[in-house]
Amino acid sequence: MERLPLKSKVLNENQRIAEELRERYRNSGTLCLNLISSPGSGKTALLERTLASLDPSTRVAVLTGDLQTDNDARRLARFGFPVQQITTGGTCHLDGRMIEKHLAVWDLDEIDLLFVENVGNLVCPSSYDLGEASKIVLLSVTEGEDKPLKYPSIFFKSDLFVLTKIDLLPYVPFDADVAEANARRIHPEIEIVRASATAPGGMEAWLEWLRARTAAFKERAAVAGSVM
Amino acid sequence: MHELSIAESILDAVRAELLRYPGAKPLRVGLRIGVLAAVDIDSLSFCFESVVRGTDWDSLTLDAKSCPPTRRCLACLGDFESVEYNTLCPRCGDGNTISTGGDELDFDYLEVETDGASSTQVQSTE
Ligand SMILES: Nc1nc2c(ncn2[C@@H]2O[C@H](COP(=O)(O)OP(=O)(O)OP(=O)(O)O)[C@@H](O)[C@H]2O)c(=O)[nH]1
Ligand SMILES: [Mg+2]
Ligand SMILES: [Zn+2]
Repeated sequence: MERLPLKSKVLNENQRIAEELRERYRNSGTLCLNLISSPGSGKTALLERTLASLDPSTRVAVLTGDLQTDNDARRLARFGFPVQQITTGGTCHLDGRMIEKHLAVWDLDEIDLLFVENVGNLVCPSSYDLGEASKIVLLSVTEGEDKPLKYPSIFFKSDLFVLTKIDLLPYVPFDADVAEANARRIHPEIEIVRASATAPGGMEAWLEWLRARTAAFKERAAVAGSVM
Repeated sequence: MHELSIAESILDAVRAELLRYPGAKPLRVGLRIGVLAAVDIDSLSFCFESVVRGTDWDSLTLDAKSCPPTRRCLACLGDFESVEYNTLCPRCGDGNTISTGGDELDFDYLEVETDGASSTQVQSTE
């Protein structure tokens, strides 16, 4: 009997595709953000309000994943930016190959900002690198403050935590400070914004984060470009 | 959930690895799975059993080791296991520590049964 050392990742095929995508995003100057949450936490609603707020000249695109239906793509396409639905059939997450396949019909050089709305699921999508610059986890105030502790992986891997539906805070026994403390316990460096897609001004903190993230990304790309 | 597709990825990787060792029969595959990897080891073991059953390799078993979150202290450069997500260095008490692991989903080893000829091949590549 022999024991052979095996030094690779289990999902090495997905990892290989993700690294390829990351390289393409770098070359085209595309900031890719991967939005992950349970079903119904408000990913599409956040994106709808975001697209509505952007200048029509913004070079933004969205890939939205669901098990079935193109409802989300229809909701998002109303704003005039390129949108594609990825219907996974039964798979509970998006993987690198699905992204690669759908990007084939777009010219990445024409896209500065790419949102990927993952399949509604707080567990499985966190295992699949899509080549994104950042994962973003959304949790709504109706889901309970303990969720970061129950689903630590996605909070660990996300750069930003968006606490959504804060307009509902008066109606639910949810302590937002406790939820945020729980997320920081798993991931001390995580950034956090509170958002509401319905309340006036509810999008400001998120849009401000997005502006800062986009600016930092452009700056880094410019520095990298001038070094080359 | 996604444990079934992970089980299939494991089998694909074993198959690919064995191309380098013709004639070898895989017995056990070792994995290192971080507690922050979002993979349930029981569910993965169950899925793995069901994907190998009925194949030539139905005796192939999984040895999945769970790995705790680990951090490194930037003050004393010590590495430590983060118990209950504690981020303070247990050695010097400094809070300036960074995550170094806990979300891995990695292969560790593959145990194979070899006959005479292929066993030399295995050793020569190690
Ligand atoms: N009150 C309130 N309701 C919201 C808010 N955001 C979303 N909703 C509602 O929550 C429900 C689900 O929102 P979606 O945006 O479809 O959620 P999702 O995360 O995209 O859902 P899936 O794609 O199915 O996983 C809808 O009925 C929304 O109107 C919010 O900020 N406040
Ligand atoms: Mg949606
Ligand atoms: Zn120390």
